[in-house]
Amino acid sequence: MQVVSGVRDPLVTGGKTVHDVSHDISRHVENPPAKSWYLAMAVSLALLVFGLYCVFMVLWNGIGMWGLNKTVGWAWDITNFVWWVGIGHAGTLISAILLLFRQKWRMSINRAAEAMTIFAVICAATFPLIHMGRLWLGFYWALPLPNTFGSLWANFNSPLLWDVFAISTYFTVSLVFWYIGLIPDFAVIRDRALTQGKQLRATIYNALSFGWEGGAKTWMRYESVALILAGLSTPLVLSVHTIVSFDFATSVIPGWHTTIFPPYFVAGAIFSGFAMVLTLLLITRKVFKLEDYITIYHIELMNIIIIVTGSIVGIAYITELFISWYSGVEYEGYAFFNRVQGPYAWAYWSMMTCNVISPQLFWFKKIRTSLVATFVLSIIVNIGMWFERFVIIVTSIHRDYIPSSWTMFHPTMYDIGEYLFTFGLFFTAFFLFAKFFPVINMAEVKSIVKHNSEKVENKKVAESTHA
Amino acid sequence: METNKNFIVGIFDDEDILLEGVEKVRDKGVKIHEVYTPFPVHGLDEALGYKRSRLPIAAFLFGLTGTSLALTMQIWMLGIDWPMIIGGKNFVSLPPFIPVTFELTVLLAALGMVATFMIVSDLKPYKWPRQFDLRSTDDKHVMAIDLAINANLSSDDIKRILKEAGASEANDKNFE
Repeated sequence: MQVVSGVRDPLVTGGKTVHDVSHDISRHVENPPAKSWYLAMAVSLALLVFGLYCVFMVLWNGIGMWGLNKTVGWAWDITNFVWWVGIGHAGTLISAILLLFRQKWRMSINRAAEAMTIFAVICAATFPLIHMGRLWLGFYWALPLPNTFGSLWANFNSPLLWDVFAISTYFTVSLVFWYIGLIPDFAVIRDRALTQGKQLRATIYNALSFGWEGGAKTWMRYESVALILAGLSTPLVLSVHTIVSFDFATSVIPGWHTTIFPPYFVAGAIFSGFAMVLTLLLITRKVFKLEDYITIYHIELMNIIIIVTGSIVGIAYITELFISWYSGVEYEGYAFFNRVQGPYAWAYWSMMTCNVISPQLFWFKKIRTSLVATFVLSIIVNIGMWFERFVIIVTSIHRDYIPSSWTMFHPTMYDIGEYLFTFGLFFTAFFLFAKFFPVINMAEVKSIVKHNSEKVENKKVAESTHA
Repeated sequence: METNKNFIVGIFDDEDILLEGVEKVRDKGVKIHEVYTPFPVHGLDEALGYKRSRLPIAAFLFGLTGTSLALTMQIWMLGIDWPMIIGGKNFVSLPPFIPVTFELTVLLAALGMVATFMIVSDLKPYKWPRQFDLRSTDDKHVMAIDLAINANLSSDDIKRILKEAGASEANDKNFE
């Protein structure tokens, strides 16, 4: 029997029973989708199609279609890559790190957050792939094969190759972790389909559930697998953004060559990821009427994580500025002076406002428990985090060592189109997930329902005796 | 095991009653085939007398394979097969090899352990499991008792024991 502190708020409200959990979550898979779903799907598909056209043009004509130039050789592609990978980090943090810390509030949000991780990593991976130009050849360069099948091997000293290993491992392990969690829930849908006499659906979901039957022995092994996957994913997720930051930190470009990058990138990743989780879940919760499962308490806890990571990011920005002055290195000092005062100052100050100032509003309980404020701020945070990557990447290289090569970066339609392509891809995948997969981990939520319902009852009794 | 056809199925509504029920049923000398639950019930494996899973050992061994594979690969490729000076470092300089080594360790540990789990638990997409009661994935805890193994007890005895142990229902279940 588990003991839950009476001080904490119940995680599932509305006095739900275990059967209610199966019903409330499975019915979205069983019923035809709402009109709003088709509308949302149409918008995402439109973005996807337009994006595909831009991607095709870039592949056909080469990456000269982007706005890159001799000085700024890396811009939106790597910005978007780092942004999407960062967003993915919240899913793993919720499912793995919060599992190790036994934070039960993760249970109603981990499924959707992990789905977000997987789709975000797919979106991220498209950028380096397309940047390789002839990506069918690029596969040979990225894999540990002898170069063009000659005798020279891939360079294991390069952070870019570490990135290949980090991202593909991260994707694979997240996918497996997510799928393992889905297996018992697919079995719920299968058994409900059998009861309703839907043979085809039962067959499909049985295949998806790998013939799950839920015996005590299987559950015992399952829990052991989940715990170890969480233990493996925790250092993995920290390593991924660390290695992404190595792409910059191991170079000698002023503004990139800093040892602060790994922790600073990881905090920023979790910061932006939680913002995206909130954006998605606030919509999902509303559309699917999951207010009893994703409560204000959940949203408040996520907002608290946003304050913590947002403040870490803020301290990192200030530390960078201080060190650039304190180091006495002229180049370093100029790189930061240029960020704050130069032609990209608007981007720098957008970043500072969105990432450092706006999350501090969550110190007010009224704001962090308000759905509208949370939704707006979650989007502002993600805009800010996009600017952070843009500022780090473009402002550090647009003023080269030779003033005659100083230039600005102007995105073309294809830069923008490819970014929109990933939005189309992400939302198409997420809406398909929301329709065909259970969006909340039913098995985990069921395990806390009993104690929570008792708590809701006790609270009601306590309130009525006080009144 | 799969050849046995006749079972008595006890339905429990609550996980705490189930945990006590398992002990009561076992105390009466009834051998439980398996208990099917909609969610992991903590303490159920101990109540049923299952030994701890050895999957962590499998994960460790797979992880170790990943570590050695990654190190061997990198040292052989850049140190033995085609040595080349990169950034003025040694042919085999360990620090830059650590990220890839770490990633492959995690990858092999995770994939190997999950594959082992799938195999030992007999999970495969084309398999229909034996379902004692469809409600076992919804909200009921289902205790299956094999009549052939408990030949010393009549089915009525077992049903009585199940009811006494807190089961809300005790049904016959025969597989074709």
